Amino acid sequence: MTHISMTVDGTRYEDEVEPRLLLIHYLRDHLGLTGTPVGCDTSNCGACTVELDGDSVKSCNVLAVQADGGEVTTVQGLASDGAWTPLQTAFHEQHALQCGYCTPGMIMAARDLLGENPDPTPEEIRHGLEGNLCRCTGYQNIVRAVLAAAAEERRRRAPAPRPAGAGRPDGRPEGAPATAGQEART
Amino acid sequence: MTAPATTGKPRSEVGRSRTRKEDARLVTGRTTWTDNITVPGLLHLAILRSPMAHARIDRVDVSPALERPGVVAALTGRDLADELGPLPCVWPVTEDIVMPDHPAVAVDEVRYAGEPVALVVARGRYAAADALEAVEVDYTPLPPVLGLEEALADGAPLVHTGRGTNRCYTWPLVTGDYAAQKARADVVLRRRYTQQRLIPNAMEPRAVVATPPTASEEYTLYSSTQVPHVARVILSMVTRIPEQRLRVIAPDVGGGFGSKLQVYGEEAVALALARRLGRAVKWTESRSEGYQATHHGRGQIQDIEIAATKDGGILGLSVDLLADMGAYLMLITPGIPLLGAFMYPGIYKMNAYTFRCTGVFTTRTPTDAYRGAGRPEATFAIERTMDELAAELGLDPVELRRRNWIRHEELPYTSVAGLSYDSGNYEAATDRALALFGYDDLRAEQRARTAREDPVRLGIGISTFTEMCGLAPSRVLRDLRYTAGGWEAATIRMLPTGKVEVTTGTSPHGQGHATCWSQIAADVLGVPFDDIEVVHGDTRAVPQGMDTYGSRSLVVGGLAVHHAALKVVAKARRVAAHLLEANEADLEFSAGTFSVKGSPEATKTIQDVAFATFSAHDLPDGMEPTINAGHLVDPDTFSFPHGTHLCAIEVDTETGRARIRSYVCVDDVGKVINPMIVQGQIHGGLAQGIAQALYEEAVYDTEGNLVSGTMADYLVPAAPDLPDFVTDRTETPATSNALGVKGVGEAGTIASTPAVVNAVADALRPLGVRDVTMPCTPLRIWQAVTDARAKEAAT
Repeated sequence: MTHISMTVDGTRYEDEVEPRLLLIHYLRDHLGLTGTPVGCDTSNCGACTVELDGDSVKSCNVLAVQADGGEVTTVQGLASDGAWTPLQTAFHEQHALQCGYCTPGMIMAARDLLGENPDPTPEEIRHGLEGNLCRCTGYQNIVRAVLAAAAEERRRRAPAPRPAGAGRPDGRPEGAPATAGQEART
Repeated sequence: MTAPATTGKPRSEVGRSRTRKEDARLVTGRTTWTDNITVPGLLHLAILRSPMAHARIDRVDVSPALERPGVVAALTGRDLADELGPLPCVWPVTEDIVMPDHPAVAVDEVRYAGEPVALVVARGRYAAADALEAVEVDYTPLPPVLGLEEALADGAPLVHTGRGTNRCYTWPLVTGDYAAQKARADVVLRRRYTQQRLIPNAMEPRAVVATPPTASEEYTLYSSTQVPHVARVILSMVTRIPEQRLRVIAPDVGGGFGSKLQVYGEEAVALALARRLGRAVKWTESRSEGYQATHHGRGQIQDIEIAATKDGGILGLSVDLLADMGAYLMLITPGIPLLGAFMYPGIYKMNAYTFRCTGVFTTRTPTDAYRGAGRPEATFAIERTMDELAAELGLDPVELRRRNWIRHEELPYTSVAGLSYDSGNYEAATDRALALFGYDDLRAEQRARTAREDPVRLGIGISTFTEMCGLAPSRVLRDLRYTAGGWEAATIRMLPTGKVEVTTGTSPHGQGHATCWSQIAADVLGVPFDDIEVVHGDTRAVPQGMDTYGSRSLVVGGLAVHHAALKVVAKARRVAAHLLEANEADLEFSAGTFSVKGSPEATKTIQDVAFATFSAHDLPDGMEPTINAGHLVDPDTFSFPHGTHLCAIEVDTETGRARIRSYVCVDDVGKVINPMIVQGQIHGGLAQGIAQALYEEAVYDTEGNLVSGTMADYLVPAAPDLPDFVTDRTETPATSNALGVKGVGEAGTIASTPAVVNAVADALRPLGVRDVTMPCTPLRIWQAVTDARAKEAAT
């Protein structure tokens, strides 16, 4: 048995585990974090995708001991105080899920994709999500949802309208245009 | 105490793209997949499976496994043989059908690679899997039985030796005199098509948790199933657990596509082990295990012959089918091809139709329902043949269809196969699809590419279809020798606070029943959408049900919700009339409020009535104190959605790569409850139909090993493998039910496969290619082009 410690969705855990234990089984069977499911045994489907130290990984393809000392975010750690992320909202609004089994992995992979490319084209989204399989939706609404979430995230990052009596948070003079790429396109 | 009144007429819920009630838990990971379920003392089951397609079992010794750490029990098939009855097939399609015994765990002989041979139960999933390695089995190999025609040949090795034949059944359907029609035909076209085996690939692998009696004498089985109600009946027979002591729960279920319309041996085994050990037992298949252990779909050889006049009028059709049953008959294995039997004539008029299907045993994983179940195969054969006939006659394939299809003013129409199509408008759907597609422009581009001998050819494929779904009228099922009925049940409970509980016998696994049934009930009851809770998938909470398959849930189960709600309103009207001191006939009911004609200030909401009924202080004399109601629908007929699908495909004749350039479909599924969900069903159906055309195949080697046995080897399409679809609808309400609705779950799959392959064939026809066998992989396309060129060079 090997001693590991990691932070998952903001909570720190310490455990003794078999060195061969997969991260996904550590999350599901040891921590009871069953929001992330298992869809295959060949790392093809991506249902088990989580974020490990800032990158999306297929947690069936990572040993728990490899995540020792790391920080893991799962789909269960995305919403804060009941508020969904733009991706969660967009998947709901764009009907980007049916049975929902691929959804945790799809959302985590899309999150990684948008981290690298905040303004992807539909084609870039399709290729970016190539490692995640969905059997229900035919992917079209998933692409739409990622586009919608990307737009929303860009909108949120764009400078907020100046509150009365306050200076602009970015220090630019009032009325100056937002930097290209920050502007929300709806 | 009175529930708050609702005022104002709410917008009609039916027809709105309501976002789904189901999504909140699914996008946040607060799900209850079967594999999530854990109970104190839970044990894990691992199953040793046959590595051979066909072998005699000479010896199984599980005792070494018992020495392994954490192992609690290890059993052979023989250990369970007296405890578990054979797994039943409930669709004996003919009187003389061969129905071999199907043990949950093999005893003397294995008949497909992946058949269970021994069981290990341990304290953890890794420990159970480890201990399988210690089980010793001696096999004597027997010859595999793989080809369908070879299996029927004299002297072929037998899958079930004692039965003397690999023929399971032969089922005929004959209407009119095909021979006479053929004799007067100008053209007779004969084709052979192969429906490859497919692996359904629901994203959630199958899983089972069986718990033994605890506080009560009740067993509980959690299963990733489409059919909790059917499973309860069957499993009580197989395990001999009295039905009233068996509760089956389908928690969150991650897709099914027919693969979970099944009662599997693992469910019976888990219950038997829970009974033996007095502990809860969980089994979750790995994906690779599921590829062998979960039933496959399709697997047919189709010989189709069409007789026509020289101007394209169809005179008759003859179909001779060989259908791969696999090694055993599962729940409805033999009936699957019969669901297609009635659909070969499609939307076309003709004078005679002859159909014959022969079921054949092979040493492969059993087949059973996969999305469309019989109708995709039929639609493929007739639509491919229509394109070939058009080419033979030099007619545009759309024009050929126009000359033969049933015109909308001819509906209702009894097809040559004996089905009564209630409604539809094939002309309207086709005209709309052609306009969206830009048919004429694409044809012009195709001619230009052909003229300049462009290495990348353009092909245009057409598929006009109808299908029979909404399973099904119970009397028709009787005539087809199916054991059960086809009704569906719903109940509506008006709670004292004015909220509503709907129970449904349908068992959704992605379709959005909670959302749609809420919309249906909200409109009838006049209560807010959010005040309705839909309960499903638990035989204790929902006492009656026939579950979800065959695009039946809306047209049978949704209809039951509608009628149950009408009954609630009728009962509530009686109470309201009493409370308002008015005649029932003088009450109007709108937006959840009863009012007296002529005195609009005198009102009672349905919530008022619910509370008044709960308190029961002042009800009409003799009235039972309830306005709750249940309803069962047994449909009068099938449901017949239809549509026109068009595919433009670019085929690179040098690399063999086929790329869908545009895909347009116009489906008519009658009245629509939720357009967003309908579109989602079509999208997903298209993806699976296109996957059959281009990507997927369960491939066996000559020894009977499944070589496409992992998700790395079987090409489930990913996002880059599929195009953006253009979907639209025409809306011809069904006349066969009060909601005007038709089934939608399988339509996309049924229509799309022939559209894509017709497009591939159309692209390559000028090169002399007549057909490409599915899946139309780059290799097969390249080979077809190369062969055609070689043939041309030789002549």
